[in-house]
Amino acid sequence: MNILQESCILKSLNKNSKSYNFTVIAFLLVLLLAAIFLSISIGSVKISFPDIVASIKQADQASETYRIINYVRIPRTIAAVFAGCALSVAGAILQSVLNNSLASPSIIGVNSGAGLFFVLIAAFFPASIYLSTIAAFAGAIVAVFLVYFIAKKTGASRMVIVLAGVAVSSFIGAITDTILTLKPDTVMARAGFIIGGFSGITMDRVAFAGIIILIAFFIALILSYDMNVLALGDESAKSLGLNVIGVRFSSLIIAAVLAGSAISFAGLIGFVGLIVPHASRFLVGHDNRIIIPVSALIGSIFTLLCDLLARVLFAPYEIPVGIIMSFLGGPFFIYLLMKRRRGQLYD
Amino acid sequence: MIKLENVYSGYNRTAIIKNIDLTFEEKSITTIIGKNGCGKTTLLRTASNLLKPFQGKVYIVDKDITDMPSKELAKKISFLPQIRSVPNISVYNLVMHGRYPYLGFSRTPQAEDKKIVADAIHKLNLEKLINKNIQQLSGGQRQKVYLAMVLAQDTDIVFLDEPTTYLDINHKLEILEIIKKLKQMGKTVVMVLHDLSNALSYSDRICLMEEGEIVIYDTPQAVYESREIDRVFDIVSAQVAAGEDGSKQYIFCLQ
Repeated sequence: MNILQESCILKSLNKNSKSYNFTVIAFLLVLLLAAIFLSISIGSVKISFPDIVASIKQADQASETYRIINYVRIPRTIAAVFAGCALSVAGAILQSVLNNSLASPSIIGVNSGAGLFFVLIAAFFPASIYLSTIAAFAGAIVAVFLVYFIAKKTGASRMVIVLAGVAVSSFIGAITDTILTLKPDTVMARAGFIIGGFSGITMDRVAFAGIIILIAFFIALILSYDMNVLALGDESAKSLGLNVIGVRFSSLIIAAVLAGSAISFAGLIGFVGLIVPHASRFLVGHDNRIIIPVSALIGSIFTLLCDLLARVLFAPYEIPVGIIMSFLGGPFFIYLLMKRRRGQLYD
Repeated sequence: MIKLENVYSGYNRTAIIKNIDLTFEEKSITTIIGKNGCGKTTLLRTASNLLKPFQGKVYIVDKDITDMPSKELAKKISFLPQIRSVPNISVYNLVMHGRYPYLGFSRTPQAEDKKIVADAIHKLNLEKLINKNIQQLSGGQRQKVYLAMVLAQDTDIVFLDEPTTYLDINHKLEILEIIKKLKQMGKTVVMVLHDLSNALSYSDRICLMEEGEIVIYDTPQAVYESREIDRVFDIVSAQVAAGEDGSKQYIFCLQ
């Protein structure tokens, strides 16, 4: 083949897709900034843009506005951004490596593991809210390692991982229910954890999880091309030199770390992890290198806006963000499914 | 050159192939034939290191393949399985996956990779399809795209598991002609085929298997004349002159 023919092939490549992807990311970044501004500005007390700027410049640390922004709105906004990003990226990773459209962090035992450890702390160390944050993260990781261990013993196929996740979740759920029966005082604490939300969040609860989420997000980006190769199927991927089991399990662990970190301060607001990756694929196709950042952005925006609605819809009362997510996300997910006519959804 | 020495291999501690001593001839087409369940795919998977043998060794140029790093091995052997996922991906990106063993940490294709991919697309006449999603293609077109990926992988040894199954006669013959081209490029092709007539017509060597063991490994003519195919498959075979050039075709019927 001569150079002319080669350049013809490269020229006929769909170059639009690259610029389209950049446009989508740029648009979402603008949307995220707008959502962050709204989240800081709107609430039971409305704060104008100049006041926000003045507060960030630390004009008057004793003022009410300064305290609302720095101790309530900013931690809450950062928490929503990190939680939305982490859960959406975790969902995108799991749906890709397990080749399962219904995969979300709960499918690999993350929710049940976090739930059990949260209830354990609520039952035996009820005064320690910080311990419960760390425990929820640890529980998520422990449950995933259990799924990993079972799946590895039996060949680590996608289906085995999903089934092991169901079995481990069911077993851990039984332990949780036993504790709830024996220690009924924990039921209320658990209800709050299951619904999830960002009310009363503080920076020190978000900071540690936020750093972990950032690191895990960059590792997910590094793994994204290998996840694409994994989508060819185990045998094809292996014959291309991919370490199939290594990539699959590192992806699972990264997904668990992301979801566990988010759950540790936000509770179980898992629905975002199921729908956002689908919305991302609808926008940008199936390349994980682009799905992961787009999911992070959409997840953050969606969570921020849901949290905003949760605060303002019935102000001064606040409803849990998980409820808003399900109200908005459920119909949107149905819309996506209806639009999907034999694979048209993502084309 | 790829060599199997006293290989036993299978699944769940049950040996499917036994006592395999075999050297695949270089720059030729070898086709493995045999009844369903006789161990053809197991042999192919073991020879390409997708399955670890219980016993025995597989060598490439005197190197034990189990000692080779997976990416190094992927630069020597490509394997196209029969059952594959059909990912949501464009033709160009799928063919580019063939360059995976050569990509660095950033996984960014270099000019050389793009050139090899463009060359593979050109050789398989896929220029018009490069922006298409492979889920939109017919079975025959899809198979050509996967063969382009194998070509982009640029290995000396190519294993193909039933590359013509489920294809219509036109696509079947087109794929077999492409496989012939692979041999002309200097590649060693080892494949499993169910169509005995195609196997005998397109191969330089036939490996006939029965119950996990090799019955005969020889030229198609020698295998045909041994009548072992008739015995193993419980059929009657005949050879007929098909063209003016004296080429022969094989026909088969039940006993």
